[in-house]
Amino acid sequence: MITLLKDQVSVGGVDLDNHLILAAGVLGTTGASLSRMRRQGAGGVVTKSIGPVPKEGHAGPCLIPLAGGLINAMGLPNPSRNFVPELETLSGEPVVVSIFGGTPAEFGEVASWFEGIAAGFELNLSCPHAEGYGAAIGSNPAMVRACTEEVAAFGRPTWVKLTPNVTDIGSIGRAAEEGGATALVAINTVRAMRISIDLRRPVLGNRFGGISGPMIFPIALRCVYDLYEACSIPIIGCGGVSSAADTIEMMMAGASAVQIGSAVYDDSSVFKTIADELYSPDGVPAAEIVGCAHA
Amino acid sequence: MRDGMPVVVTVREVIDETPTVKTLRFDSEFAIRPGHFCMVWVPGIDEVPMGFSSPGSITVQKVGEATAALTSLTPGDRIGIRGPFGNGFTPNGRVLAIAGGVGVVPLYPLAVNGSVDTFILGARTGTELVFARELSDLTDLKIATDDGTAGYHGFVTGVMDSEIDLLSYDTICVCGPEMMMKGILDRLSDAGIADRGQFSLHRYMKCGVGVCGSCTIDPEGLCVCRDGPVFTGDQIINSEFGTYARDASGQRKRV
Ligand SMILES: Cc1cc2nc3c(=O)[nH]c(=O)nc-3n(C[C@H](O)[C@H](O)[C@H](O)COP(=O)(O)O)c2cc1C
Ligand code: FES
Repeated sequence: MITLLKDQVSVGGVDLDNHLILAAGVLGTTGASLSRMRRQGAGGVVTKSIGPVPKEGHAGPCLIPLAGGLINAMGLPNPSRNFVPELETLSGEPVVVSIFGGTPAEFGEVASWFEGIAAGFELNLSCPHAEGYGAAIGSNPAMVRACTEEVAAFGRPTWVKLTPNVTDIGSIGRAAEEGGATALVAINTVRAMRISIDLRRPVLGNRFGGISGPMIFPIALRCVYDLYEACSIPIIGCGGVSSAADTIEMMMAGASAVQIGSAVYDDSSVFKTIADELYSPDGVPAAEIVGCAHA
Repeated sequence: MRDGMPVVVTVREVIDETPTVKTLRFDSEFAIRPGHFCMVWVPGIDEVPMGFSSPGSITVQKVGEATAALTSLTPGDRIGIRGPFGNGFTPNGRVLAIAGGVGVVPLYPLAVNGSVDTFILGARTGTELVFARELSDLTDLKIATDDGTAGYHGFVTGVMDSEIDLLSYDTICVCGPEMMMKGILDRLSDAGIADRGQFSLHRYMKCGVGVCGSCTIDPEGLCVCRDGPVFTGDQIINSEFGTYARDASGQRKRV
């Protein structure tokens, strides 16, 4: 398989140690846990999404492993402003703070708490199972643009994470770009559910949730491909990446880097495992393959 | 990734262990090792972590909404089980087990399989002792109650200090309230044998499978659900253990 040259990596204004970033909400709830993912090879980490007030999340079951993926409806549990001290031991590290809110002003308020601490921000405009947050506003281009403008005004790298649960992801990506996003992250989870046959009821406490993991890789790949056609800022591919080959495939579709979440379930050192296979001294520069499948 | 949908079990029998503790015996069994836990789905309410008291049962104390619902179930009711999860105890040589309250639950299968030589069982009061009769047949049982209504008048650590030659044990398995476990860890550490202690920790859990991060402990970021719930004393001696934990929103609270 083709390998990459280990070079300096910078995506949307954030300097990373490699192309493999921990995705939001997976083992990203504490500073110690984020540090552990760094030690285990993540080139950068995104925190759990932080909102304007503390939230406990949905009643359980919140997450169920399936054959080929995970289904979850966590409900955005987060300690809000009390997350600030969690990042004390990570100053100077490539830590991107994920933010959610119900209005542009709420996004701006949360961003202000982390202004001097975060290497960048990621706007969660894409959580499929939290009323009034995430995808509820992320499918509305005007809202996407307004929220992005509010956070981009801090002058820090601003990534915008998109939902695949829309008709035309390209138009949402363009709205984020117009609002000042420095990169796009695609995708968040795909709307889904499971039912317990024996109990005749949905198995998640929230009834509905989102799928992640290998099951959604082809969906994520298509979204990245579409965004590469529609937008001109860098794209970070996310959704089902669990191997060096997946990483290369995402890059060929147009991703400048990838985020990895669910694959930690099978291997908590998945970043190191992938990096060992992805890079070699006689590899090609990443720029040579990013978007090459569009030729 | 394997399919981990909850296995629906029917409650066959409900046994009153104490006025606040009940054992729910299921119609099916799970392949457990002592110290394993499961995520128990109480339909319409929540899903909570719970130790197995045997391959086909859990033993529950009423402390919150989900456990209140569990302790009011009757034969024929159905719940969902995900698991077994976690690492379990790995005892060797001469084994001392120390339990406080319902902390006895994950240690009980260890006694049943013949691994425990001496068992110190503590409770607030005599009527709250769980599995005392069974344990006296299986082990050299020593009892402590806070109010002195049974056995030693005081904490399990009092029995340790007065009746136990700690160094004569190769493994010390512990489960109970965190401050009780901290008191035991301090004693093992003073004796220079923190590494012989195996402590079963409790932390708030959402996924049970090492993905969500809600159960991680500082400063190493270990997941109690996946890397634990059993940790050796030297793994946790310089950690948040005994000081703070996090709640459902991830905010720190004192233990
Ligand atoms: C348990 C869990 C929690 C998540 N929490 C968040 C979150 O707080 N914010 C967010 O933007 N995405 C969240 N996600 C979505 C992931 O960041 C990612 O977009 C998705 O899981 C697809 O990537 P994967 O297949 O590599 O997991 C979460 C996913 C999982 C499985
Ligand atoms: S409960 Fe989710 S990581 Fe332990």
